[in-house]
Amino acid sequence: MAVTVSSERDTVATPIQRAFREALYAGAISLGLFVLFIGLRTDQNISNELILVKRWGLLALVVIATAVGRFLYIAYGQPFVASLKVADIDTGLLPDTMAARFFRTPYFIAAVVVAALLFVLAGSLDGLLGPDLAGYARFVRALAIIYAVAWVMYYFRAFIHAHFSALGISALALYPIVVVLALALMTGSMAGGFQGSLKWVDNFGIQILIYVMLAWGLNIVIGLAGLLDLGYVAFYAVGAYAYALLGTHFGLSFWILLPAAGCMAAFWGVMLGFPVLRLRGDYLAIVTLAFGEIIRLVLINWRDVTNGSAGISGIPKVSFFGLMSFNVSDPNYIAKVLNIATSSAYYKIFLYYLILGLCLLTAFVTIRLRRLPVGRAWEALREDEIACRSLGINTTTTKLTAFATGAMFGGFAGSFFAARQGFVSPESFVFLESAIVLAIVVLGGMGSLVGIAVAALVMIGGTEALRELDFLKRVFGPDFTPELYRMLLFGMAMVIVMLWKPRGFVGSREPTAFLKERRAVSSSFTKEGHG
Amino acid sequence: MNATPSSKDFILQVEHLSMKFGGLVAIGDLSFQARRGEITALIGPNGAGKTTVFNCITGFYKPSEGMITLNREDGSTYLLERLPNHEIPARAKVARTFQNIRLFSGMTLLENLLVAQHNKLMKASGYTLLGLFGFPSYRQASAESIELARHWLEKADLVDRADDPAGDLPYGAQRRLEIARAMCTGPELLCLDEPAAGLNPKESASLNELLMGIKSTGTSILLIEHDMSVVMQISDHVVVLEYGRKISDGNPQSVRTDPRVIAAYLGVDDEEVETVLTEVGDEDVIEQLDTGPDSAHGPGNSASMMAGPISDSVEHADEGERVTVSKGASKAAQVDARAAAIASKPVVAPAVASPAAKPAAKKPARAPAKKAAAKASAAKAGGISNRLDAPRGGKADSLIRIKGIGPVNERKLNEHGIFHFDQIAAWKKADIEAAEAYLAFDGRIAREDWIGQAKTLAKEVAAKPATRGGRK
Repeated sequence: MAVTVSSERDTVATPIQRAFREALYAGAISLGLFVLFIGLRTDQNISNELILVKRWGLLALVVIATAVGRFLYIAYGQPFVASLKVADIDTGLLPDTMAARFFRTPYFIAAVVVAALLFVLAGSLDGLLGPDLAGYARFVRALAIIYAVAWVMYYFRAFIHAHFSALGISALALYPIVVVLALALMTGSMAGGFQGSLKWVDNFGIQILIYVMLAWGLNIVIGLAGLLDLGYVAFYAVGAYAYALLGTHFGLSFWILLPAAGCMAAFWGVMLGFPVLRLRGDYLAIVTLAFGEIIRLVLINWRDVTNGSAGISGIPKVSFFGLMSFNVSDPNYIAKVLNIATSSAYYKIFLYYLILGLCLLTAFVTIRLRRLPVGRAWEALREDEIACRSLGINTTTTKLTAFATGAMFGGFAGSFFAARQGFVSPESFVFLESAIVLAIVVLGGMGSLVGIAVAALVMIGGTEALRELDFLKRVFGPDFTPELYRMLLFGMAMVIVMLWKPRGFVGSREPTAFLKERRAVSSSFTKEGHG
Repeated sequence: MNATPSSKDFILQVEHLSMKFGGLVAIGDLSFQARRGEITALIGPNGAGKTTVFNCITGFYKPSEGMITLNREDGSTYLLERLPNHEIPARAKVARTFQNIRLFSGMTLLENLLVAQHNKLMKASGYTLLGLFGFPSYRQASAESIELARHWLEKADLVDRADDPAGDLPYGAQRRLEIARAMCTGPELLCLDEPAAGLNPKESASLNELLMGIKSTGTSILLIEHDMSVVMQISDHVVVLEYGRKISDGNPQSVRTDPRVIAAYLGVDDEEVETVLTEVGDEDVIEQLDTGPDSAHGPGNSASMMAGPISDSVEHADEGERVTVSKGASKAAQVDARAAAIASKPVVAPAVASPAAKPAAKKPARAPAKKAAAKASAAKAGGISNRLDAPRGGKADSLIRIKGIGPVNERKLNEHGIFHFDQIAAWKKADIEAAEAYLAFDGRIAREDWIGQAKTLAKEVAAKPATRGGRK
C-alpha cells in the first residue's frame, strides 16, 4: 500500500495566508497587552468615588489597527522589501531603491506648488477653510516644505557629503538672516520679521547650539579620552554661577568673565579628576554622577552665596564688545547708536552669533588637539591604558587634561547660558541635563563632531518642534498635549537610532595623520574606553 | 650604586630580585645581567616568572626586594624599581611589548607609532600651547616624527598598510607593529615578551631578521621566548628560570647542555623523582625564603602597590605566573639535590652554585658551599669594605638579634660577607649606603641604629664567646 504524503503540507503558505495567521496572532497579543491598559481605566466620578471606565471601543480600534498593520506588513511590506534585493533578469540591475522611488521629480514639483500655493493663501486660509481645516492646511504646508528640502538634500547628497562642514557652517551663519527676511516677507514689515524671529533664533538656534557646545565639550572627555563622565552638568553649573556671581556682585564684563568661568570650570575638572584617576568604567561613572549632584546640592544649600533654590536674577547682559549695549535704557543702546527701530531681537541674534562663535572655537580646538600629541594620547588612553604607560605617557596628566579641557568648554557654555537667561537657579543643572548631553554624544557617534552636531539638532530641535504640533489637538481632542509625548517620542527615536546605528550617526573615526591617503577607521576597531 | 668597572658593559643589572604576591613567590632572589648591544633571552617553563620579571623591570610591578639597575649609554644610571611606571620608558629608555598584543586597535598604524613618540612631540609642541597655535617648530617636529614612523614601518615591512587601523592587521603583522611602536620611543633596552608566539615559521624568520636589524642599531634586547629556534639562533646570552629562580645562565650552547635546564624542561624520570623527593625532604625552597619576612618591607606592602583594578588588567597571564610550589617541585632542584647527595654526605656539595639549591644549603652555620654563591654575588657588592669570605671560626653571629634585621636580611648580609656583629659595628657611612642599596632600605640602618645595637651585641659576644645556636 503506497503511502501518499499530503502535498498540502509541503507547500509553503502564500504571503496572504501567512499574513492572515500573523495578523491573528498580533491581534491576540495586543488584546492581551492592552486589555488592562486601554480597555479599562480608573477615574473619579462627581462625588470623588473611584469608578471603572470601560473603553471597549477604543480597545477594539487598537487591536484591529495592530492586526491590520501586521497583515499589511507581512502581505505587502515584506515581499516589497525582498523584491528590492532581486535584480531584474533582463537588465541585471537592481530595482529603484526606496529613496529613489520616494524622491521623484514630479513629487518635488507638486510639493513646491502646494507649498507656494498655501503660502500665497496664508492670510486667507482661516476665512476659506475654517479654523479646523486651516490647521491641517498649515500642517500639509510644513510637510510639503520638509519634503522639498529632503528632495534637494537627496539629489545633492554627494555634494553635501563632500562639503558637509562648510555647508553646515554657512547655513548656521545665514540662519538668523534667512529667518528674519522670510518672516519679514510673510508679515510685510521688518519689525514683524524681527519680532517673529525671536522664537526661531532663541528657542531653536541658541538652544541647539548650547547643547552642541556642551556635547562637543563632553566629547573630549568621553569620545576621545574614553572617560565616562555622568556629572558634566556640574561644570556647566560652575560656569553659569561663576558668571552670575561675579557679574552681579562685581559688575565685571562678560568678556572678562567668560575665560574666568572657563578656568574655574577647568579647575573643578581637575578637582574631580584627582580622586577618580584610579577608577574605571562603571565606578568612574558613579563617582562623576555623585560629583554632579554634590555641586547642585551645594548650590541649593549655600544660601548666603548662591541664594539657594531661588537662584540669582538680574545677571548683566553681554555687551557688544563694550561698544554697544543691549539695555534699552543705556545711552549706547544699539538701536540708538545705529539709528534703527528698537527690538529685543537684536540681542538674541547677537547671542546666536556669540554661541556660534563659541561652538566653532570648541570645534577648532578639538580638531587641533586631536592632531597634537595630547589628543593622540587621549585616544590612545581610550584604546589601551596599559600600552600608554609602556610608551612613557603619563596617564595621570593625560586624564587630568582631558577632564580640564572638557570642563572648560562646559564652563564657557555655562556662562553663556547665564548671560542668555539673565537668571540661574539649581533647577537648570539637574542630572537630566547630563543625561541629555551624554545621549547626544552617544547618538552622534563618540568622537565625531559632525555626528554630534547632527544629533543635537535632531534631539533638541526635534523636541522643540514637537511643541509646534498643535494641530494634533484636532485629531486627538482638546485635552491632548503633544508636549507631554515629547520624551516618549524622544526615547523611541533613540532606541531606533541605536538599533539602526549602534555606534551613533557617525561611527567611523577620522585618523589624525596619514602617509598616503586619509581613510576613516571603521567603528568595529575603535574602543569605547573602560572609564 | 655600585660602580663596578664592568657596569658600563651591562645595560641591565638585576640583583636579588624577589617578587611576592601574598605568600606566593613568583620570583625568588633572581640576579642576572644583560650586556649592552646583545640579545639576552629569558627562558623557562610556563609559570617560571618570566613575565613577572618583565613587569618588574618595566615598572608595572614594584618588586618586593632587590635592585634593578639600568646603565644608559650616556653614563646615567637608573634604579628601575624606584621610577614611576611611565618614566621608565621616558627617562630610562626601556621599551616593552606585551605577551597578549596591546595595540591601539582603532588608530592607524602611523598613529600608533606617533603615540609612541609622545614625550618628544609633547616637548616640541610646547606642552600643547605652541602646537595649538601652529608654531612652525612643532610642524617640523611633527614631520620628523612621521619620518621616523615611516622608517620603522619600512623596517617592519608594514609601510603599505600605514593608513589602516591596527586592529585590521593579521596577527604576525601586529607583533611586528608592536615592536616597531616600542622602537619609536627610542629605547636603549627593548624588552620583548614572547614576540614569536603564534607566528608561523616564515613570520618567525622575518621576526628574527627584524630583531637582528634592531640589534645592529645598538639597541640591547631582552627577550622572553618559548620558541627555541628563535632563542638559539639570535640570542647571545640565555638566562633560564624555573619557579622564579635562575637555574642556568650562559651562552646558548652551554645552557642547552645544562642538565638542570634539561630536567626543568623535560623533567626527570618518575622513579628518580621519588628518590629525589626523599632526599630533598621537607626543606622547601619557598619556606626558606619566606620565614618571617621583615615587617617593613614584607611582601604584603610592596605587592599591594599594584593592587586594584589596574593590576588586574596588567597581565592576565600572571595567573599562570603565580605558582604555588609544592615541595620538591623544582626539577632543577632535584637534579642539584641528587648531585649533592652523590657528591658528599656531611656538607653540601661545593658544586651548588644556584640559588635554587638553597634547601640543601640550609644549615645553622652557613656552610662553606654557600660561599661559592655568596662570593659570586658579593663580587659585585664592592660597597661594603669589611667583608669576610667565611665567618670566623666557621660560625656566624645571629644577626637577627639586631632589631630591624630579619632572617631574609640576615641571609642577604651573609651573602655579602657580613657574619659578625663587630663587622656591622665597624661600618662607615659608605658601607651603610652600600648595604642600604642592597637591602633596598632608605635610611633605615641609621634610624634603627644598627651600628649601636651591633656594638653592644659585639661586646656581649666578646665577653661570652659561648655557643650560640642558629636562629631557629
